[in-house]
Amino acid sequence: MTDSILFFFEVLVGGLLSGTMYSLVALGFVLIYKASSTFNFAQGAMVFFAVLSFCGFMEYGMPFGVAFFAVVLLMILVGLLTERLVLRPLMNQSEDTVLMATIGLGFVLEGLAQAKWGVEVRKLSLGIGDFPIPWIADNLKLFISALDLTAGLVAFVMILLLTLLFKYTKIGLGLRAVADDPGAASSIGIPLKHIMLLVWSAAGVVALVAGMMWGARAGVQFALIELALKALPVLIIGGFSSIPGAIVGGLLVGAVEKVLEVYIGPYFKGGIEAWAPYMLSILFLLYRPEGLFGEKIIRRV
Amino acid sequence: MKPVFMKYTKADIINFVVLLVIGFLVIPNVIKTDYWYTSILIPWLCLTLAALGQNIVMGYTGQLSLGAAGFMCAGAYACYNMMLRIQDMPFLGALVLSGLIAAGLGIIFGLPSLRIRGIYLMVATLASQFFIVWVIDKFGWFKNYDVSGSTTFQKININGVAFTSGHMMYLLVAAIVVVITLLAINMARGSTGRNWMAVRDMDIAAESMGVSLLKTKLQAFAINAFLCGIAGALYTYTYLKTVEPFAAFNISLSFKIMFMAIIGGLGTISGAFIGAAFILLFPVVLNAIGNNVFHGMIDATIISAIEQVVFGGLIITLMIFEPLGFAKLWETLKQKVIRKKS
Repeated sequence: MTDSILFFFEVLVGGLLSGTMYSLVALGFVLIYKASSTFNFAQGAMVFFAVLSFCGFMEYGMPFGVAFFAVVLLMILVGLLTERLVLRPLMNQSEDTVLMATIGLGFVLEGLAQAKWGVEVRKLSLGIGDFPIPWIADNLKLFISALDLTAGLVAFVMILLLTLLFKYTKIGLGLRAVADDPGAASSIGIPLKHIMLLVWSAAGVVALVAGMMWGARAGVQFALIELALKALPVLIIGGFSSIPGAIVGGLLVGAVEKVLEVYIGPYFKGGIEAWAPYMLSILFLLYRPEGLFGEKIIRRV
Repeated sequence: MKPVFMKYTKADIINFVVLLVIGFLVIPNVIKTDYWYTSILIPWLCLTLAALGQNIVMGYTGQLSLGAAGFMCAGAYACYNMMLRIQDMPFLGALVLSGLIAAGLGIIFGLPSLRIRGIYLMVATLASQFFIVWVIDKFGWFKNYDVSGSTTFQKININGVAFTSGHMMYLLVAAIVVVITLLAINMARGSTGRNWMAVRDMDIAAESMGVSLLKTKLQAFAINAFLCGIAGALYTYTYLKTVEPFAAFNISLSFKIMFMAIIGGLGTISGAFIGAAFILLFPVVLNAIGNNVFHGMIDATIISAIEQVVFGGLIITLMIFEPLGFAKLWETLKQKVIRKKS
């Protein structure tokens, strides 16, 4: 292989792997959307909130596992409060109203996290370096970051678990029933409250994992929120209600933005990454508004 | 209540005259310190215009849009370049033209609204936010190849009168805001506004009644961008003065303007004024409390974090209890007082 092709593959693989990080954030959105048809704009803020709290607990001297467990509990609490204070009062409101409320929720979480833990950039070390893996570099001549590869693996495992949960368990069946028709689901005895709590807690755990991956790469800081916003175009490309969609969308966005940035970016002094995902999502909206894997949207008068 | 002039009742006209007297006679004579003009009244009026645009597209037409700062950036730099490159360009002419340029961009970025709505549309409008600011930042021509990366805007001069003091600039901005608000009120009360609201409440039904979705939605986006463009130009010329595109017109400004529209009251004109005042003044009040009551014991970063919590919490509360915002609360309060009197 010539060097330029090799370089292209390197860029592509780097893009794909960093795209899995978008997928991880998008996964949280999909979870909540699947179970409640709610667009949770606060997912990005939850990522920030979770990982900042994780760093904070670590600074208190908690060991890694304990801190992780503490944040999981904290995210369950957040889910509980959100269900009780935000979602339940807005039960029969229009989609747009709930969406705006979750934007508000996002700001509350960002504010709380910063009020408690401060605004300085924190380093998060997972014991996995953000440098090329020597074995792959030597044998395949590809430079692939160990962190990217870990993120990819973690994403894969989470997707596997969530897909199994949705497809093959009773809870998953309940989740799908609630998403389809909350009224009918509750009338046949599916506990709506518990289902919502469960989903929001799961989204919280996904947020924590996503935040840890992002934090290890870019530092735990407020800019994470803007990165997490890119999960929105990922969702549009993949389809809001599809777990595989979140993954494929993330990979696509990661790859396209990296390739554009590396090959076209230099002509424009860079920064294409900032808008490329959104433009890509507009293209998808024009030709396939429901996304790659989404269900067709049908509206009636 | 009988209309006495162009469908406006006596009470409407009295309210209007009272506001004009306060705005142009009382305030300029009572407030002497420049701080009030340059740091509070001017940014308030500028952002009110942007919030008004946001309210038209979001509150009246029901299209979620999150790109106000992008259009403001476009308006500001359009005005800057016209003043820079065209000889003897009158400032007001440049202002209107930059509004029109922003409106053109608004139509382009509003096009997705013909097929999508809700959060889909919001993501599409985010593209305008990031793309416009990126173009202006990366192509040196827009910034006249300033090596520092920031732009210092020209001083305003209309017919030989220099508008440099806070006092003068306030009068200029206030006059523009009055004219635009009157236009907006007329549009919102006329057939245009009724079409907007019909599209908001049920677009498919509106279409079957003969309301053109294409025209109505794009019109709302164009007017939104027009107002944001003018707001952006005024905001930079009278308030910021030196601007770095990425820092000044970032996503959080767009969020702020969206919050102004929501908190003030979606689908009301007065809501834009109330919302902008609240979002701007609340941090000032909070800082004053931090400095005077707690004597600086509370860190500034914590204060701004508290601000976020309050704004976010307020939005949730309003969505639950009063989706029409402060403007509606004010109306209800007024009604109660009137009922008690009679």
